[in-house]
Amino acid sequence: MELFQYPYMQRALIGALVIGLAAPALGIYLVQRRLALIGDGVGHVALTGVGAGLLLNRSPVLVAVIAATIGAVTIEVVRSRGRTSGDLALALLFYGGIAGGVMLVGLSDSTSANLNAYLFGSLTTISPADLTTIAVLGVAILVTMLALRPALFAVSHDEEYARVSGLPVRTLNLLIAVTTAVTVTIAMRAVGVLLISALMVVPVATAQQVTRGFRSTMTAAMALGLFAAGAGVWVAATADTAPGASVVLLAIASFAVVAGAGAAWRALRRRSTPAPEPAPEPHEVVLH
Amino acid sequence: MSAPVISVTHGVVGYDGRPVLRDVSLTVTAGEVVAVLGANGSGKSTLIRAVLGLVPLGAGSVTLFGRPLRRFRQWHRIGYVPQRLGAGGGVPATVREVVASGRLARRGVLRPPGAADRAAVDAALAAVGLADRARDPVATLSGGQQQRTLIARALAGRPELLVLDEPTAGVDAHSQEAFAEALRDFVAGGGTVLLVAHELGPLRPLISRAVVVHEGGICHDGAVPEPAGHHAEPDHDHVHPHGPDEPAGLWSS
Repeated sequence: MELFQYPYMQRALIGALVIGLAAPALGIYLVQRRLALIGDGVGHVALTGVGAGLLLNRSPVLVAVIAATIGAVTIEVVRSRGRTSGDLALALLFYGGIAGGVMLVGLSDSTSANLNAYLFGSLTTISPADLTTIAVLGVAILVTMLALRPALFAVSHDEEYARVSGLPVRTLNLLIAVTTAVTVTIAMRAVGVLLISALMVVPVATAQQVTRGFRSTMTAAMALGLFAAGAGVWVAATADTAPGASVVLLAIASFAVVAGAGAAWRALRRRSTPAPEPAPEPHEVVLH
Repeated sequence: MSAPVISVTHGVVGYDGRPVLRDVSLTVTAGEVVAVLGANGSGKSTLIRAVLGLVPLGAGSVTLFGRPLRRFRQWHRIGYVPQRLGAGGGVPATVREVVASGRLARRGVLRPPGAADRAAVDAALAAVGLADRARDPVATLSGGQQQRTLIARALAGRPELLVLDEPTAGVDAHSQEAFAEALRDFVAGGGTVLLVAHELGPLRPLISRAVVVHEGGICHDGAVPEPAGHHAEPDHDHVHPHGPDEPAGLWSS
């Protein structure tokens, strides 16, 4: 515990907690619209931004936000057009993003350790300025995702209905795309571009094993994200493991425990209460 | 006289160059209950999707409440009931949460829900007989109950016009009755209805006019056509096979 007396460990913990709370708040909308892996793709594109930032001696995080936003908006445009080639367009974008990132980082005079920090996260090197960025953007993501929940739920649940309701569907979709880019970029420092999607998606997947509604799923996913982030940093500090990987493994362990417990509970209930007589289906044809 | 609720003038819709609707004109005035009938693939669903702006018109024009579709902004006056609830990504949602989406057209994106919104959602749930299922995940409901959820969502916005796409397709008899009841109340309150149907069932007495779409054109506009032949028998369960019994698969000879 005494490790947390050091300011750098406190910053690591606070940064992780903010991201643990914000990532699932966005992720639930991504899961609902079957874009669970979008964070991964945007992360790949963000890496090109990191490379460009390092090469140009600008803030890598800032350039990454710009690159990730362009990538996320492009993906949204491809998605909304609904072209069959969308799949391939996304693949080009993803792999172009990561290859461009590796190449640009290589061209700059930074070391491979630097690339690793963005690929797998580097919580303990968060500076006070980084933490301010993470906290401000994290709170902005949280407020947006919570305050606009009815509209974002409607758009993610049934886009055509949302259009006939007169909702600004395109604006809301772009808002989700841009928020994805921002979340990816701030989470990059915590868990790295290769593991970001896990923090957005796994807590949601865990929560929906046991919840009944959208709001309860969102609340539970945020609580699980917070737990995984906090416990992950603690495990990393005490067992000297990689923080990003520890956070993600804890999130996945929670999923395994909850999914297992949920299945056991349902099996137990089925055994104790006999299944009700199945209601007969209405006749579809009259047989003579 | 006030402007018609819906007016389609020489509407043409095509998908990828293939015409689905050719030169369709349709007017619906306030208080009417119009059924759009037709075989599968006749273009009847496309017609109402064009009315709502969900598919673009190739030619012609649509006005809603006297305003051209492009400049129409009063979406709270319309309640849309799609054919079915999308599967989504598996995130659970309660019946109440789905129905509450119906208030957004009135409330807007930024305002949080208030007491009036909650009361309207309660009333809509009661109107379709799902008040006791409000807290259940919508995925655990039967097809007919899910359909009633979508109708409640449309009713929650207190619309003046209901547009329904095959509301009774594949719905059990009890849900059809509950649905007809909700629609009867809506019409009694002065509402206008445009619905697409494959068969009318318990809705038949409510329909004031029928429009039959055939091969992308309107071939009948007037009284509800009487069922013919064995379709008219009272115990006839209306069944249309939608494909060959045996799928003509790769391995079948």
